[in-house]
Parts: sequence; C-alpha cells; structure tokens
Amino acid sequence: MRLEALPLYSRYRLLKRRMRPSIKELGLTLYVLRKSLLAVIGSFIAAAFIFIALFGSYIAPYDPYETDIANRFLTPSLSHPLGTDKLGRDILSRVLHGAGYSAKAGLAVLVIAIPIGIILGGIAGLFGGWIDELIMRLTDIFLAFPYLILAMSFSAVLGPTLENAMLALSLVWWPLYTRLVRGQALSIRESAYVEAARSRGASRLSIMFRHILPNCLSPILVTLTLDMGAIILATAALSFLGFGAQPPLPEWGRMVSGGRIYLFQAWWVPMFPGLAIALTVLGFNLLGDGIRDALDPKLRRITEVKWRKRIGF
Amino acid sequence: MSLRNYILRRLLLLIPILLGVLILVFIISHIMPVDPARAWAGPKARSEQIEALRERYHLNDPIYMQIYYYLRDLLHGDLGVSATTHRPVLKDLRHFFPATFELAICAFILAVIIGVPLGVISALKRNKIIDHFSRIVALTGVSTPLFWSALLLQFFIYYKLGWLPAAGRCEVELHRITGFVLLDSLITQNMAAFVDAFRRLILPTFTLAFYSMGYLVRITRGSMLEVLESEYIVTAKSKGLPGRIVTYRHALKNALIPPLTVLGINFGWLLSGTVLLETIFAWPGMGRYAAGSIVQVDLPAIVGYTLIVALVMILSNFTVDILYSFIDPRIRIGGKAR
Repeated sequence: MRLEALPLYSRYRLLKRRMRPSIKELGLTLYVLRKSLLAVIGSFIAAAFIFIALFGSYIAPYDPYETDIANRFLTPSLSHPLGTDKLGRDILSRVLHGAGYSAKAGLAVLVIAIPIGIILGGIAGLFGGWIDELIMRLTDIFLAFPYLILAMSFSAVLGPTLENAMLALSLVWWPLYTRLVRGQALSIRESAYVEAARSRGASRLSIMFRHILPNCLSPILVTLTLDMGAIILATAALSFLGFGAQPPLPEWGRMVSGGRIYLFQAWWVPMFPGLAIALTVLGFNLLGDGIRDALDPKLRRITEVKWRKRIGF
Repeated sequence: MSLRNYILRRLLLLIPILLGVLILVFIISHIMPVDPARAWAGPKARSEQIEALRERYHLNDPIYMQIYYYLRDLLHGDLGVSATTHRPVLKDLRHFFPATFELAICAFILAVIIGVPLGVISALKRNKIIDHFSRIVALTGVSTPLFWSALLLQFFIYYKLGWLPAAGRCEVELHRITGFVLLDSLITQNMAAFVDAFRRLILPTFTLAFYSMGYLVRITRGSMLEVLESEYIVTAKSKGLPGRIVTYRHALKNALIPPLTVLGINFGWLLSGTVLLETIFAWPGMGRYAAGSIVQVDLPAIVGYTLIVALVMILSNFTVDILYSFIDPRIRIGGKAR
C-alpha cells in the first residue's frame, strides 16, 4: 500500500508497524551495550570528546594563542589547572581547543576513505574477474606498507599542514574499507535473495545499493568506531613528526612534540596533551569493542533471553 | 603442489608487488613541489651545476624512463646517492638498518611472549579479574600514542627513578662487525658494551612492545574464545578428557592460527613505530634517517628506505604463510581453501 495515499494517523501506524523489527533490534543492541561497564565508560569518554570538540572553544578559560612570558612554565594550579607552556599559554585552553582539530581529522578521513572503499570494494566484489584482481592487487600494494610511512610521504608531497595530513591519511586508509566491503559483497552475492533479485532482472547497481550496502553497514559501523581512535592517533603521530599541524595551532600531537624538550623541566607541557590523545583513543576503542560485542550474534542470543524477560515478551 | 614449488611461486609473486610499491613511491616523490636537483646541489649551486645534475640523474627524462634507469641501477646494487649524507643510499641503509632491526625484533619477541599467553589466559578465565585486567592492558596499549608512552617512561624511569639511561644506543667503544650491538659485543666479548647496550635497549623496546602487544592479546583472546565454544571442544570434554588436555592439545593449537596471521602485519607496525621512537630515544636507525630525508626531499634515500620497508613487510608475511602450512595441515598449499 502506498504511504502517501493514507491519512496522517494511519500513515504513522503503518510506519510504526513496519519499523518495529528494526526498533526492537536497536533496543537490544543498546541493552547489550549498557550491560558492559567498559562500553559505558567508552561511550561517556566519546560523548565528552564530541562535546569538547564542539564547544571546547567556548568553555576554555583563556585564549589558546595569548602569550604571557611573565607566567611561563607555571605548575598546574587553580588558575591554570594544567599549567602553562614556554610562552605562558594556558595548556587547558589549548587542549580544549585541540579536540576540535582531532575530531575534524577523524571525520574528514572517514568521509573521504569510506566512500572510496565502498565504491572500489563493491565493484571488485560484484564484478569479479580481472577488475577484482586489479583492485585487490592495488590494495595489496597499499597494505604492504606501514600506513604511517606512506602517509608521511604523502603529506611531505602535499606540504605540511593539518588539512594535507588528513588528506594523506585518507589516501592510505581506504584499502581497509575496500577489503571489508568486497568480502561482504562476495558472501552476499551467493545468497538466495540476491539470486532471486538477479533472476527477476535486477541490475548490478541495484543489487549493490539494495542488498550489499545495507548489509555492510554494521561491519562498517564497528570498523568506523574503532578507526576513529586509530585515525586520531595517526593524525597526532604525523603532527608529532612535523608533517601535520604547524605551531602555534593547538593540535595535540604537535603540542607533545613542541613540549618534548621541556619534559624534565616542566613535565606538564608535553604530558597533558598526550594524555588527552590517549584518553580519547581509549574511549573510542572501548566503544568500538562494545558495539562489536553488541552486534555479535552469539552474545546477542544469550542476552536476548534476559532482555525479553525484562521488557515482558 | 610441493612446498618447494609453492615457495618459488610466492617468491615470484613478490616481484610485481615490489614493482608496484616502487612505482607508487616514484609517483609520490615526483609530484613533490621541490626540485630534487636543487636540493642535491645545495643553496650555493649555479644553474649550470643544477642542470648538469639533472642530466646526470635523468631528471629531465619522462617518469617511466626514470623508473627504468632506477631498476637498472637497482639490479647492479646501486640505489643512488643520498643528498643529505652524500653517501650511497645502500651504504647508509646498511649502516642504519641493524639499529632499527635490533629494536624491532626485540620488541617483537617481547610482545609475543607476553601478549599471546596473556590472551590465552584471558580467554580461559573469561570475565574474571585477570580477564578484565588483561583487556584493559591491551586496550591501553593500542590506545596510547607511542611518542607519549615513551616520554612517560623517560620521565619516570630515567628522570625520577634514575634506573635506566634515557637515550642513545651504546656509549662504550665497540668494534663494529654485524652492526647489531648486542651481537657485536658478545662476539668481541665486550661485556661493558653489552650491558650498556642492553640497558639502553630496554625503554624503547618496552614502549614498542606495549603498543603491538595490545593487538596480539585481543586477537588471541578472541580466537581462543571462539575455539573453546566450538563443537569438537565440547565433544572432547564430554567424552571425559581432562580439561587441561583439551585446553592445551585441542584448543590452543587451533586458536593460535589467527594471531599468527597478524604477526607479519605486526612487524610492519613495529617498523613504522620506530620512526616515532628513534627521534625520542636518539636511536641511530633508519626511521630517523627516513623522517629526515622526507623533510629534505632526498629522493634516493626515500625510495631506498621505502623499498627496504616494503621488502621486510613482504618477507615477514611470506614467512608467516610458510609457517602456516607447517602448523595447520588443513591449509593446503596452492589448493582451494575449503
């Protein structure tokens, strides 16, 4: 029945009935997630990170660029909770500002790398033959390589700015997603419902978008959450080596490398930005692990029984 | 297909991948906005000198000809001359490689002997205190930036406690034979050098191992859990075999295959980790050489380093593949996977 032809209320009821299975699934996923303490901690850290990335510049007590030579290398105190650096800048404010750059980098890499991965992986998995061979050998070449070293060369070519570091990382990140989507496409291609769709005369494009992509969503979601941490780590590493953000930008990796020489004189200068990186990455990894467990069919089945009892099925 | 044929075939397959890596690096390095000839000749060079250099290193030729010349020289064991050190790249790499390799291999061994047992114990004692502990250790390992944990160790172990030196490789005079300090000092029976080198090796090794150990713990735990739930383990248990035998003879052997797979990749991560660590620990290895040559647009050095890393990566994956067929007879060489 066409939705548009119905009165508003029936439309709502019909939609609700249609969506019920997926709403129930989502409820179960959230329930499994909530049962794990580590996943809950992870979601809190990730949520805090996103909040600081969005509003960090408003809650920062000082201007992150304002220098105050008279107050350089102040130990952490009430007025400067994380101390000040060699130019007297407040480290807390700089760390709060830095979250935004890390979040931007993570998002940019995912936004560029995932579509490339989906397109190439889908093509490779659906068409097979020499196209598959070509694309897979290309990913082999990229994966034959430690990604940090490849990203280093790319960002050296593009010039050392944070944007270029993000671009360089995206250029080395797509092979992972290509592999993932191809694997998924290969297994789904053989399934009965794809066969049915094909015998009905569905084109490859429609099989790709209606069957393969929706089935890739949950593995991509898991990989994406786990990758968010890895990308933040990689961006910081590039900046640390001098290929990403340049001073005075308050990027975390850059702040660690800038403060490194003052380690024994003023440990708080390199330590707190590094702690921010470690905590953020830990948060995303905990959350990613939790989501993976929640989507794992075996664990789901065990928890589903308890859940059904609780919500009264 | 016999094992020998399989190894030969795999070795032949390495050539196209290495060629691909080479082409990729060439393309990257040739879209660099800096003129390599100018970087070579230095700031005071006259334009005729630069032109002569361009001619000598075939920089005026199209890129495919440059790749051809490079390959021709490569087959003669010539990787070009570095622009920063003004020495043959092969000589440079031979000089710096042992330091990096020594560090990476020590970290690798440490990561394996801690990470794999920890993952197994974690799976056996699922949801017990030790499981939570090892999961948290593993997660912290993969989440902590290498360069930060290195600083943390330097600060506490060297500065606060004074237990170990903070940086450097070996301060004692040592006759160089293989380039591996630990080996050389043992060969020449120079105990002072051995102790010094060993003490300086601990902090970077531990930092690097902590990072790669995390992945090993996670993968071992996951695969062990999966095996423990499988039907043949249930059968073995229900027919009355003692739990210890089931765990060690039936489960462990099968559970170790996935961790083995990632060992090859893991070694590559260790190599890229050294790029970060060598600067912090003043370690005279290839990582520092590479980071420096990328900044200086030192093309032959970049290409040479990349080739070495790719070669090490590919060879370690290759070794893992061969090990596979020894451990698991089900993985039939050359045949279709069932």
